[in-house]
Amino acid sequence: MTKSNFTRRGVLRTGAVAGAGLSLPTIFTSSASAFTNEPQGGSVTLGFNVPQSGPYADEGADELRAYELAVEHLNGGGDGGMMNTFSSKALRGNGILGKKVEYVTGDTQTKSDAARASAKSMIEKDGAVMITGGSSSGVAVAVQALCQEAGVIFMAGLTHSNDTTGKDKRANGFRHFFNSYMSGAALAPVLANAYGTDRNAYHLTADYNWGYTTEEAVKDSTEALGWNTVAAVKTPLTQTDFSSYIAPVLQSGADTLVLNHYGGNMVNSLTNAVQFGLRDKVVNNKDFQIIVPLYSRLMARGAGANVKGIFGSTNWHWSLQDEGSKAFVRSFGTKYGFPPSQAAHTCYVQTLLYADAVERAGSFNPCAVVEALEGYEFDGLGNGKTLYRAEDHQCFKDVLVVKGKENPTSEFDLLEIVEVTPVEQVTYDPNHPQFQGGSLGSCNPGA
Amino acid sequence: MDSIILQILNGLDKGSAYALIALGLTLIFGTLGVVNFAHGALFMIGAFCAVTLNRILTLSHQVIDNTRTDFLGNPLKVDIPYIYDFFGENIGRAIIDWSVPLSILFAIPIMIAIGVIMERGLIRHFYHRPHADQILVTFGLAIVLQEVIKFYYGANPIPSPAPEAFKGSFDFGALVGFDPNTIIYPYWRLVYFCFSLIVIGAIFAFLQFTTFGMVVRAGMADRETVGLLGIDIDRRFTIMFGIAAAVTGLAGVMYVPINPPNYHMGMDFLVLSFVVVVVGGMGSLSGAVLAGFMLGILESFASMREVIDLLPGINQIIIYLVAIIILLTRPRGLMGRRGVMED
Amino acid sequence: MFKLNKKDLRTLIIVILLALFAPFLLNPFPTDSALAQFNAGYPDLMQRFVIFGIFAVGFNILFGLTGYLSFGHAAFLGAGSYAAIWMMKLLTMNIIPAIIISVIVAGIFSLFVGWISLRRSGIYFSILTLAFSMMSYQLAYSVLTPITGGETGLQPKVNDPRLLDGALAEGAIPKANLFGLDMSQSYDMSLGAWSFTFNSGYYIAAAFLILSFYLSIRIFRSPFGMMLRAVKSNQQRMTYTGLDPKPYTLAAFVISGMYAGLAGGLLVAMDTQAGAERMFWTASGEVVLMTILGGVGTLIGPVLGSGAIKYMENIISKINSDILHTWFAFLPDGLENVIVAIIYPFIGKGWHLTLGLLFMIVVIALPGGLVEGAQRLSRLFKKGKNKSNENE
Repeated sequence: MTKSNFTRRGVLRTGAVAGAGLSLPTIFTSSASAFTNEPQGGSVTLGFNVPQSGPYADEGADELRAYELAVEHLNGGGDGGMMNTFSSKALRGNGILGKKVEYVTGDTQTKSDAARASAKSMIEKDGAVMITGGSSSGVAVAVQALCQEAGVIFMAGLTHSNDTTGKDKRANGFRHFFNSYMSGAALAPVLANAYGTDRNAYHLTADYNWGYTTEEAVKDSTEALGWNTVAAVKTPLTQTDFSSYIAPVLQSGADTLVLNHYGGNMVNSLTNAVQFGLRDKVVNNKDFQIIVPLYSRLMARGAGANVKGIFGSTNWHWSLQDEGSKAFVRSFGTKYGFPPSQAAHTCYVQTLLYADAVERAGSFNPCAVVEALEGYEFDGLGNGKTLYRAEDHQCFKDVLVVKGKENPTSEFDLLEIVEVTPVEQVTYDPNHPQFQGGSLGSCNPGA
Repeated sequence: MDSIILQILNGLDKGSAYALIALGLTLIFGTLGVVNFAHGALFMIGAFCAVTLNRILTLSHQVIDNTRTDFLGNPLKVDIPYIYDFFGENIGRAIIDWSVPLSILFAIPIMIAIGVIMERGLIRHFYHRPHADQILVTFGLAIVLQEVIKFYYGANPIPSPAPEAFKGSFDFGALVGFDPNTIIYPYWRLVYFCFSLIVIGAIFAFLQFTTFGMVVRAGMADRETVGLLGIDIDRRFTIMFGIAAAVTGLAGVMYVPINPPNYHMGMDFLVLSFVVVVVGGMGSLSGAVLAGFMLGILESFASMREVIDLLPGINQIIIYLVAIIILLTRPRGLMGRRGVMED
Repeated sequence: MFKLNKKDLRTLIIVILLALFAPFLLNPFPTDSALAQFNAGYPDLMQRFVIFGIFAVGFNILFGLTGYLSFGHAAFLGAGSYAAIWMMKLLTMNIIPAIIISVIVAGIFSLFVGWISLRRSGIYFSILTLAFSMMSYQLAYSVLTPITGGETGLQPKVNDPRLLDGALAEGAIPKANLFGLDMSQSYDMSLGAWSFTFNSGYYIAAAFLILSFYLSIRIFRSPFGMMLRAVKSNQQRMTYTGLDPKPYTLAAFVISGMYAGLAGGLLVAMDTQAGAERMFWTASGEVVLMTILGGVGTLIGPVLGSGAIKYMENIISKINSDILHTWFAFLPDGLENVIVAIIYPFIGKGWHLTLGLLFMIVVIALPGGLVEGAQRLSRLFKKGKNKSNENE
């Protein structure tokens, strides 16, 4: 407005600008609160950041169902699910610290960049005080680092790589899911039992971080029991047809094939391996066997009948008969009509654990929450007695060794539990070589 | 020696998939000149034709089995496909078992229809638009098709096994005198290989020996002149588009037993199919087929343990590396025609 | 002024104003209203708008002027990102060295790729660039993991060397800054029911956008730009007049590669993370789509196109069925469910569907991209006012 014009509209406009100026005292800056996104008013917002597009979209959808269920239970709706079996009784079904739980959702696309953009929008726009979810280690590590910077808590969803609580661990991040090392440690004795101690294993490994840590873990634990590793071949993430990797396996004299693959890679490599008739072969007078270190129900569904009789490990399974699992399966199954997956379970539990930690700490302040979760021991959430270790923010609990079921009764009934490996057997030192190179730093409340 | 034969076999098999997809693309892209980013989606839809037929055949009614319980402790509901009621359980089971080969019959009319509708409704208006517009509209179409499939079938791969008769593998090595178990080859992959040879042969014969094919070939070379001769080349191009869609769709149908289909499998093959067509040379059908088999075989060799040990990561980049080398040594790919898509 | 003609100056001023007032323009809805879901005025998305705007503006210098369609520009963005994050890990968290090195590295890389790829034209060129970027992606994700971090990417860590920075205080976190000014620092202003966020990182990125945009105008209007257009319209004729087109196209290629590197460096500066997915072919395809969607060869088109795509990705994807229900809660239950069921496939996890439809609608209805849409609108307005001088 360089030239003055005293028309009626001009005056009105000037008046409006002045009026806006008068309301300036309501200006506040973000440093007014003690930590990032301190909940104001009667509600608290959690950010559920799951893959909604891309290959893991179905897994993300299941995670989201679990989150919605957890929110319902925290706000006092439904039958309360695992809140009734949880060893801590701090949660009373009146939200968290009396504040009603609200949530926002985002799409990670299973890409680090998209996941961080989505998490940032939750933090910056929606005022989320905790971010959770995800279906791969790349995303988990990226979002965990972001939450550390921004000063909010990150409760990891499905992430199995050692790195998440190893070289890339962060003080604001927590993982309930198990990891590669635990898979190896739990599987090896069962495998030795079932297939003997003089096996020759051939590894096919997805050529990225998670694949490396899984291969290392399984190799170490099986070799310790007397197995011999014939070869370990890396396969590209983008590979869809694994025939040229699987065909040479028999030539090598191996009698066991370990598929360190996840998601679509695993579905395809297992399908191809069965196609090549590997399981009908006899090598070194032993039946040829295939092993999949990390199982998920969605992958088992994708591979169909090919999973029958194949060993693997999983974090949790709905056929567990403890009170916590039963309660969770009941409320999830009643609401959605089918049993929950392990991804759903870990996400549900993470939400409850966060809410419980806030209640016990009496504050949403990330540092208070970190303190409440570190070294926390609990029970009744489906995996027996569990410890959130203070040194690396990793949960230590029993690990399930499972096998593809021979006669499934439904499309969800694909795995059967072979053994529940006790927690002592999968516990490792925080400075174990597979986990070196990281440091937690200290908690960051932001603001 | 045996491992080299093994990888040639694997490569032929991979290559037959590449060649079929590239053949469809080169009909649309290399000859009609449309940059069709929805080509991967056609492959994917072909695969889901097989899934859909399987779903139709297994349409079921539920029977309550009181002797077993489901996960919530209620009596188990068992699905009984209607087809068992119609034909008895044994025949019904056999029909479902053979659903993938049966899908060929189901997919041909559907894919031709999709191709014709696509050409008539959309692509035809883009023949004279810049390539940029063609990219945007076909990419948009690809996303839409993909999302529709995801909406109905979910994002998870859907297992679609081959008929029981084609499961497992046979010992090719023992047949020709090598030690047992050194060269094994799954039956279904052999079927796929033969199938692709038949389809490729049929397309070549069709273009080479029929009047229709002759006119189309003439139209590809010089559309205007053929039009001046009073021939309705547009209608023939529509049919060619339908045929291209059918070829690509059939490649998808037969692929499902090899790898379970999912909604984004088209995008996984999209880049690859463009690379194959361009390496083969624009406007050349035989170039596309040749490049498909060649890249398939080279990819298989690059995944050998001995090769990876020598050059770590070579299996990650082989296709692209070969593409670069060929395009630098042969300006128009293996057998490209001058002046097609060079501006 | 600034050696620009009147029309270009007007465009530049519009861009400057848009950039300066973006926090207001992007937050048109009161914070507590139901429509606040559509607000895009939070730092991360504003930063992404301008950064991808820079990327697309640079891409347009190559594609819009010379007509050479590169399908591998994401590789330069990725290379720039990795260079920047390594600067932050080794040297200092100050963003200036990181951005400078990212432009240089992307420039060198694009010189190499361009020098080879430009031996071919048309689709053969596109496939060559695609091959280079896919090789970069595949290697960065796998065998180059020690350098690139592979799947998990790279983030600054507390125990990185950082030669120029002093040791971090106990418990402090390395944060990207400009001589101490934290990139994530924001100032919130509430005006009645509205709230606006002014973020330091955004304004730094916006300054780069304005600079890049100005540079791009100058290139478009320079004799060099004329040469590039000549390459597009008739390369043969250009050769006959004794001019070698190669140096010009290569220069354009490297300039657009450096723009991509700048965008990559800025991405790291605003959000300290670099991962291999940035180099995947879909990322290269995205910038192509941004440019075409906005309008190839127009100055402001690419900025609009990148804004539209990033808006979809970040805003539409966050609307879930819960939010839909609250929007239509005023309707009777049955009707509410019907409407939600109709809209639901297009939002949240279905945002790709909306994006695909947008692509198709724009290209069918507006052959010149979003810019043409804007021109048609302004023509409509002008018709009412004065029908005379109209020469768009």
